[in-house]
Amino acid sequence: MDVLIQSEVFDAGAELNRFSQRAANNGAGAVVSFTGLVRDLADSPLSRMEIEHYPGMTERAIEAIRAEAVTRWSLSGALVIHRHGQLAAGDPIMMVATAAPHRVDAFAAAEFLMDYLKSRAPFWKKEVTAQGASWVDSKAEDEAALDRWA
Amino acid sequence: MQLEVLYFAWVRERIGVPRETVQTEARTVADLVAELTTREERYAAAFADLSTVRVALDQTLSGFEAELAGVREVAFFPPMTGG
Repeated sequence: MDVLIQSEVFDAGAELNRFSQRAANNGAGAVVSFTGLVRDLADSPLSRMEIEHYPGMTERAIEAIRAEAVTRWSLSGALVIHRHGQLAAGDPIMMVATAAPHRVDAFAAAEFLMDYLKSRAPFWKKEVTAQGASWVDSKAEDEAALDRWA
Repeated sequence: MQLEVLYFAWVRERIGVPRETVQTEARTVADLVAELTTREERYAAAFADLSTVRVALDQTLSGFEAELAGVREVAFFPPMTGG
């Protein structure tokens, strides 16, 4: 599967190995991957992170972003995994992996996927600490990052 | 017209329900927001600053000026924070 939306934890290393093997069989000479982790907070330890999503729209939005990347860079493969539900500090939140004949395309496509997942995939993060819970604010620079792909 | 209206994250928390069926004659999303805002205070609280609210029509990101004719599902939520 190329897009996985799940609450379960995943093994980024195992997923990357599986993806690379398939990509190699498909003519790839380069694989790039990114894994996002739940970052603990400096001022007050994180009890957990809660990620809400919009079932249906999530799959549709990510598949559209993935299809756009595959077309733009003639990729040999592209994988997106994103979790929702309750996550602990240090947990993997999501990963993307891209495969292409050459590394330039694989790097660019991975950055494109990350930029779009940040502000166009319907997920909302909430940080829960002993002091209470707060929704993570979107960042202006994440929105601005989309301009370079216009 | 009957719409399924969904709310996510702090928009959901302020309105108090994740989804509801709404009977309305609103022509655009902005009209629907104005109508809900006059109904009850919790909607006014959620829609107080529309620069912090995004809308999707039938699971596609849209805008407040978009027309509702033919739409079945409307969703309101804050800017997304995936990745």
